[in-house]
Amino acid sequence: MAQLTLKNLGKSFDDTDVIRDLSLDVADGELVCLLGPSGSGKSTVLRMVGGFETPNRGAILIDGEDHTRVPPEKRPTGMVFQSHALWSHMSVAGNVAFGLKLRGLPKAQIRQKVQEALALVGLKGYGERRVWQLSGGQQQRVAIARALVLEPKILLLDEPFASLDQHLRERLREELRDIQRRLGITTLFVTHGQDEALALADRIVVLRGGEIEQVASPDRMYRGPQTRFVAGFIGSMNFLPCDMRGGVSDHPLFAVRAAVPDGPVELAIRPEALTLCPARGTGMRVHLVTDYGTHLLVDVDLPDGGRLKAMCPPSARYETGQEVAPEASHVALFRGDAKLAEVTLERRVAVHV
Amino acid sequence: MTAIDPSTLAADVPVHRTKRPDWLGVALALALGVVVVIPLLVVAIWAFAEVWRYPSLLPQEFGFRFWEATLARPDVWNAMSLSLRLSVTVTLLSALICLPAAYAFARLDFPGRNVLFLSFLTSHAFPKFGLLVAIAGIFLNLGLISTFWGVVLIQLVGTLMMMIWIPVAAFQNVDRAMEEAARDAGAGPIRVFWSVSLPQAAPTIFAAVLLSFVGTFYETEGAWLIGAPEIRTMPVLMITYINNQIVVQYGAVLSVLLWVPSFIALMFTRRLVGSGSFAKGFGV
Ligand SMILES: Nc1ncnc2c1ncn2[C@@H]1O[C@H](COP(=O)(O)OP(=O)(O)O)[C@@H](O)[C@H]1O
Ligand SMILES: [Mg+2]
Repeated sequence: MAQLTLKNLGKSFDDTDVIRDLSLDVADGELVCLLGPSGSGKSTVLRMVGGFETPNRGAILIDGEDHTRVPPEKRPTGMVFQSHALWSHMSVAGNVAFGLKLRGLPKAQIRQKVQEALALVGLKGYGERRVWQLSGGQQQRVAIARALVLEPKILLLDEPFASLDQHLRERLREELRDIQRRLGITTLFVTHGQDEALALADRIVVLRGGEIEQVASPDRMYRGPQTRFVAGFIGSMNFLPCDMRGGVSDHPLFAVRAAVPDGPVELAIRPEALTLCPARGTGMRVHLVTDYGTHLLVDVDLPDGGRLKAMCPPSARYETGQEVAPEASHVALFRGDAKLAEVTLERRVAVHV
Repeated sequence: MTAIDPSTLAADVPVHRTKRPDWLGVALALALGVVVVIPLLVVAIWAFAEVWRYPSLLPQEFGFRFWEATLARPDVWNAMSLSLRLSVTVTLLSALICLPAAYAFARLDFPGRNVLFLSFLTSHAFPKFGLLVAIAGIFLNLGLISTFWGVVLIQLVGTLMMMIWIPVAAFQNVDRAMEEAARDAGAGPIRVFWSVSLPQAAPTIFAAVLLSFVGTFYETEGAWLIGAPEIRTMPVLMITYINNQIVVQYGAVLSVLLWVPSFIALMFTRRLVGSGSFAKGFGV
């Protein structure tokens, strides 16, 4: 169906560069998440694709055709706003029908398309309701129907579920994923929630300060973050500063071997890559145990004042103040913002007693 | 889809505003009602009183004598029709000029925007009568004195502030995302104004139109200074009446007649928008 290409996009507001030099290809039918902290320029990118901001530099191509300066009403894009932005003076059906009426479709066809679109988002029979009679989740569904009914080539969503509660957000996320797959519509989805990006995306683009930090599948983004920023932003991560000397880290807990030039590094270890063994005389004590049902999250105080988070099976038992010895199965080494190496460690079978 | 989680359903229901009587609000409404309604009531009673002497709470004799006397005069009918025509013309013209201008002030960023906006407001910051005399001098040269359109022009100036300031605020309150969503659906800028911005701002704009209409109807200074002697509006006529004879009832009858536009305007507005959204227009 449709392919989106962003070429060296640049955008400034009042002489401040908000987007520096951003290039991205979105394949036909792909769902790409733009992920980044607030203010990183996600909405600006999305709004440029929708035609609501004009880039200062670069080009936006849809199916190879230049759309950089085409006004929003002439673009084959459909946008879903965070605030749903439904027109409260129209009925639900009126909202969905608005764009179709502008296109001069015959009345019968409009009615049929509106019904189909509402059925698609699970709101069959809600056409005559007023917008303000709907719940937050239903309003956002109408907004999705309103965008989809015009059969856009590119679907754009700007944190559409951010104002909904957790349960509802997860449910709508799944439904959106279903619809997107079924229609095979090329989609750009903005979020600041890494869980949302991991759950939804075919590919994630992490933005930071208007620049792309990393582009990868959710799996690669989580397991192989390429920068210190991504490692810290996606999922939780323990960072342990130490020095490399002669190919070995001088951290008292984790002596990691890696072919890395001498100098300061940070060891990055996921909580689930840590195992805690009961031990004596290590000086590392359990500070807090949080039971999440599916797993335990154990905070461990280190002798140097640092703290580690370890994920443990729910069957394990730890007491506050208990001495433990952590073991890591996978460590990444960062110097500054760059990743130097990734090391998978052998499990030591011996248990400290 | 999988099994429906009842807790999600419970969380995702429309919010209904609970209706509990707000006693402070009721008390305020009553107090306001007393202050507004009692003087009006007294005037209305006077209009139907034939004899009303001091200590009595109600008139000794009711009747329509003064109504007959007033309504028998052709100048009253002429003034009424003239005033209505004037007010409708001025309000329509004002809306035609001011609403697009207000939208431009609210949404567009053009050079001189603030200066222009301020100039609308400053015309009301100075004593109005001096300004009127100056304008009257200009109108005299243009041959507009004592003509319908001369009065229209002067009263139009009087409505500018109301019809710019209030609608600017109304348009600024319209969610930009709603306008963008309309662009996204394929509407050009003018269509967006008609189909989204105007309806969204409508309750507040109706309030502004209503206030301009009533304000124009009751406007005397401009109407008198520019309109005299040919153009005599209702309020101007009433002043002449009161100046010429000290019979309270004539003034009272004319006062009650003067309420006509207020009632017409109120009925009209109530039919156009529900009373709920009408109150919203006033920020209630
Ligand atoms: N219309 C605008 N005028 C000026 N600055 C803006 C405008 N829109 C966005 N910005 C700035 O651009 C930066 C990126 O904003 P945005 O794209 O909204 O970030 P995000 O959606 O990732 O939170 C922010 O610093 C914001 O203040
Ligand atoms: Mg944003």
